[in-house]
Amino acid sequence: MPDFSKRETWAVLIGLAFLLALPPLADAMGKGFYVTLFTRILIFGLAAVSLDLILGYGGMVSFGHAAFVGIGAYTVGILSWHVFDASPVITWPLLIEGTENAFVVWPLAALMGGLFALVIGAVSLRTTGISFIMITLAFAQMLFYLAISLRKYGGEDGIALYDKSELVPALDLFDRTTFYYVCLAILAAFLMLCRRLVGSRFGMAVRGAKVNERRMKALGFPTYRYKLTAFVISGAAAGLSGALLANAAEFVGPAYMSWQRSGELIVMVVLGGMGSLFGPVLGAAAFLLLEEWLADLTEHWQIFLGPILLFVVVFARRGIWGVIAGPDRRER
Amino acid sequence: MNTLLLVEQGLNGLQLGVMLFLMAAGLTLVFGIMDMINLAHGSFYMVGAYLTATFAPLLDSFVLGVLVALPLAALAGMAVEMVALRTLYRREHLDQVLATFGLILFFNELVRIVWGPQPIFLSPPAWLGGTVEIIPGVPYPAFRLAIIGVGLAVAGFLYLLITRTRTGMLIRAGASNREMLGALGVDVKRLYTLVFGLGAALAALAGAMAGPILAVQVGMGESVLILTFVVIVIGGLGSVRGALAGALLVGMADTMARALLPTLLRAVMPPSQADGMGASLASMTIYILMAAVLAWKPRGLFPAHA
Repeated sequence: MPDFSKRETWAVLIGLAFLLALPPLADAMGKGFYVTLFTRILIFGLAAVSLDLILGYGGMVSFGHAAFVGIGAYTVGILSWHVFDASPVITWPLLIEGTENAFVVWPLAALMGGLFALVIGAVSLRTTGISFIMITLAFAQMLFYLAISLRKYGGEDGIALYDKSELVPALDLFDRTTFYYVCLAILAAFLMLCRRLVGSRFGMAVRGAKVNERRMKALGFPTYRYKLTAFVISGAAAGLSGALLANAAEFVGPAYMSWQRSGELIVMVVLGGMGSLFGPVLGAAAFLLLEEWLADLTEHWQIFLGPILLFVVVFARRGIWGVIAGPDRRER
Repeated sequence: MNTLLLVEQGLNGLQLGVMLFLMAAGLTLVFGIMDMINLAHGSFYMVGAYLTATFAPLLDSFVLGVLVALPLAALAGMAVEMVALRTLYRREHLDQVLATFGLILFFNELVRIVWGPQPIFLSPPAWLGGTVEIIPGVPYPAFRLAIIGVGLAVAGFLYLLITRTRTGMLIRAGASNREMLGALGVDVKRLYTLVFGLGAALAALAGAMAGPILAVQVGMGESVLILTFVVIVIGGLGSVRGALAGALLVGMADTMARALLPTLLRAVMPPSQADGMGASLASMTIYILMAAVLAWKPRGLFPAHA
């Protein structure tokens, strides 16, 4: 049951009300491009929340999370390319045709994200600390180069999508307001799932492994399997966000997997507040809005963004969510 | 496929290997001693290349250009250590990753402002512009041979520095117990700054040597940084010996795969398909190598504190 005496609950309700009201307000003010911008924020919010699931709750600093976003995006992109090309994706061992049906490609994007997370996680989770950071980064980089070498699918230039995914006929995803609400619904659903997940026995075991892995093992928890499961769930959600991103941009390219993207996702999580569910969404909003604002200000905006990051890391430990939700009584 | 090609590619692999070693040595020293992960290490590589490309034509000598660029890069490294990184030693690795990620954005933009977005050109010194016949019938660019020579010389210098000198002793002591070192009256702060400067100079040297082979451009440090990570993970974190072994292994594997895989695949499939598949397999080779090493030895080949 929601506890209305807490600042957190109010913050979530106000945030939700704001997001629900945004498209009509933006249209009324004649600033429709805010709908597009906030669609991106919702999508990156989904990716950031999925990263926080392993980073904030599991202590796994994955520096290659953009790879799973990219895999999801390429799943949508490649299947759509084959619709346009009117050729099958593969003919053997079974015939697979291209499709733009969202009920097929979106879950498939999540599935591919999860599958790759299973393979990458299985190797990476053998190590911890800095090695884990570097290995996840290296694997992501490997997929980045793989994407570049896909000459059939545009190589470095990527794939321009001619059509968006089709949901049900009544929902036209070309309509930016409709697409915005679809993204909002998916993000809200994933947040609810995460809320259940981190409070469950499984979630507690993963959080326990973050604090003291040796003790969890001594208690009989197979921590490797728990952490790998969390990694796979996270990869699948990132894959889904990639599918949405492909639709939002109507484009898929290797840059989605670049290591700067992975870094930006970590920044979003830390900026918003690690180890909280709503923080990463705020972090995504703050990062993209800051980017937008600085880019408006000067061509060389990154010269400010860099030091700002440094400053946030050194001084603001609990992120924006920490400020909004107030001191966490359970913490220390 | 013949022996001559193999010799040539072997030398190319060696050249990439020693260059990666120059990068990996600095990165792994800083990690081993300060327990600090520095993503901005690639920025010193880039700065080294840009400074050399600026000073070499100015002084009309590649060697003088490098000699001016290295101390400047070392100074830049020490300044960064004192201003930004000193506060991060005792923080989590995640904080270090984020802060140094911010530094990369800063440096890339700074270079773009100072030198502009276009790649700039750096030519090798004229007396190294030709080729040398190593064995009859195999002409090999003299400049690449010089890179191998410089790289191996630096490896020898580092070995002597770490095992035979007082500074090296302090470096080793700092890696195993920094409190004790401080208690013995050693200025640990200064030692750290010096090691950081040394790492930056090594990276800048790698950048300066790479300048005439690759394009000097913004972001050139990032791709080599990620290769360096693979080297360090394979070699074992914090170990200079591991960095050397890992660098040579990665350099060889990458070069050989790029040269040989397309040809080998042509034996079993049509040429056009073989070239595409060979190219993508080749770019993934070192990552597959890394996964294999880790599956066998999760802490790398020569872990520092086994």
